[in-house]
Amino acid sequence: MTDLAWIDAALTSARPQALSALLRYFRDLDTAEEAFQDACLRALKAWPLNGPPRDPTAWLILVGRNAAIDGTRRRSRQEPLPPEELISDVDDVETPLVERLDGAHYRDDVLRLLFICCHPDLPATQQIALALRIVSGLSVRQIARAFLVGESAMEQRITRAKARIARAEVPFEAPGPAERAERLAAVAAMVYLVFNEGYSAAGGEGEGEGEARGALCDEAIRLARLLLRLFQTEPEIMGLTALMLLQHARTQARFDAEGQIVLLDDQDRSLWYPQMIAEGLALIDKAMRHRQPGPYQVQAAIAALHARSARPQDTDWPQIDRLYATLERLQPSPVITLNRAVAVSKVAGPQAALELIEPLETRLSGYFHFHGLRGALLLQLGRGEAARTAFDRAIALANTAAEAANIRLHLDRLIRDSAPGGAARAAQ
Amino acid sequence: MLYAILCYNDEDVVWSWTEAENAAVMARLGAVQDRLSAEGKLGPSLRLLPTTAATTLRKSSDPPLVIDGPFAETKEQLLGFYVLDVADLDAALEVARELGAVNPGGAYEIRPIAVYMPLDLPAHPAPRAAAP
Repeated sequence: MTDLAWIDAALTSARPQALSALLRYFRDLDTAEEAFQDACLRALKAWPLNGPPRDPTAWLILVGRNAAIDGTRRRSRQEPLPPEELISDVDDVETPLVERLDGAHYRDDVLRLLFICCHPDLPATQQIALALRIVSGLSVRQIARAFLVGESAMEQRITRAKARIARAEVPFEAPGPAERAERLAAVAAMVYLVFNEGYSAAGGEGEGEGEARGALCDEAIRLARLLLRLFQTEPEIMGLTALMLLQHARTQARFDAEGQIVLLDDQDRSLWYPQMIAEGLALIDKAMRHRQPGPYQVQAAIAALHARSARPQDTDWPQIDRLYATLERLQPSPVITLNRAVAVSKVAGPQAALELIEPLETRLSGYFHFHGLRGALLLQLGRGEAARTAFDRAIALANTAAEAANIRLHLDRLIRDSAPGGAARAAQ
Repeated sequence: MLYAILCYNDEDVVWSWTEAENAAVMARLGAVQDRLSAEGKLGPSLRLLPTTAATTLRKSSDPPLVIDGPFAETKEQLLGFYVLDVADLDAALEVARELGAVNPGGAYEIRPIAVYMPLDLPAHPAPRAAAP
């Protein structure tokens, strides 16, 4: 790896901690971002000459802080009213800073930086865009590509979201245990949103877009690992990290060469990324020891059962059914029942699964996966005409071309099998 | 003389490599390792999962204390390590407790292994030493 590539990676990985420490110091996001930017520019000049510092994060914080203070001093000579509070407490912060830079100290800083992106007034998409811009440091262009919108539209969206959180006033004191747990839960949900945004379309659509969205999954995993390093004893953060790793490990197998979705049962399991699976399994193992089940852990445990099965027929469906039942209890939702129905169809057959999902129709009538699964179950029961209606509904509700194409495949099979002689073939 | 080479790097960076980047590094290493192995110089090598997957058994407290996360103190040094093949973390901790019972003090960090290459060294009069 070249020096510049190394520096680039080091700057990216230091960003959340460095930026959040600068935010605590300056108490203003724009100032903190400028200071970090400044420190990065200086790093690009200094590190190739002097070699990388022992602790890049601490270096960036110190240099960023000094650069911003210099800038403030320079401007203050020209401006009539110097912002005194930025200058007054420089000396007492200077010396002990380096010694204090350990994980525990970054903890609340990083949590605060992530937490301000989860402001409840912001819609999910804006929370994600903001976190990617501020915490991950992705460019507006990269984010715009991931969301399939124009750059200027994304720029506007981020500016508006920033103005919103600037008014929100998240307190800078260290939070109490209850407050910290609340922030951590909100942040975990936001990190999972980032992941899902990437997962829902990774590999689909145009090739470049698939890549841009796949990068969101990597970013979410990076944020989760960061959280886990700061909150080492939180089983739900272990579960969240494991869940994303286990799902992301399947990326290469989820789409075929034409960009069509390949369902779990049909995936070439040799394409699953073993290293991510190993990490995910190790984390879920670690989480289980705490005996504090939570939704992320249960979902990760389900993903782990799939990851452990060398072939689809080795899958422990009864255990998956039990885990979904636990998940329904922890987090009742028709979507979870829908997922459970897949396990039920494997354990007790399509009729039992169909009976489980029929009552969800009113709540999930606008949901692609409901009609897709219903169609598949009806098909297994030999109710071709009803299956076709369900598939038609699913296509109309598909979010991506790959989703629609997958349903079309079922439809084509239906049409082929219902042609003269087809039914006999299907029955064989 | 037998030597161990301990590998240090920023795990954030290394674990953000894409599968392709990772494969490229492993292929380059593989070529060097194959040669070293053919020359009878290289024994087993392994790659550890990130520290986030680590659990630590503090042997200095009685009974030993299980802590999530890597070994983080700086007053103790790395003196040696074991490689285990057991079913899960609980089983690994059981082995660690057993070892710790006869060799108390300090800590064991239990870290899952991501990649293990069990190369054999030619027969070698290994130095006999006290347990780590």
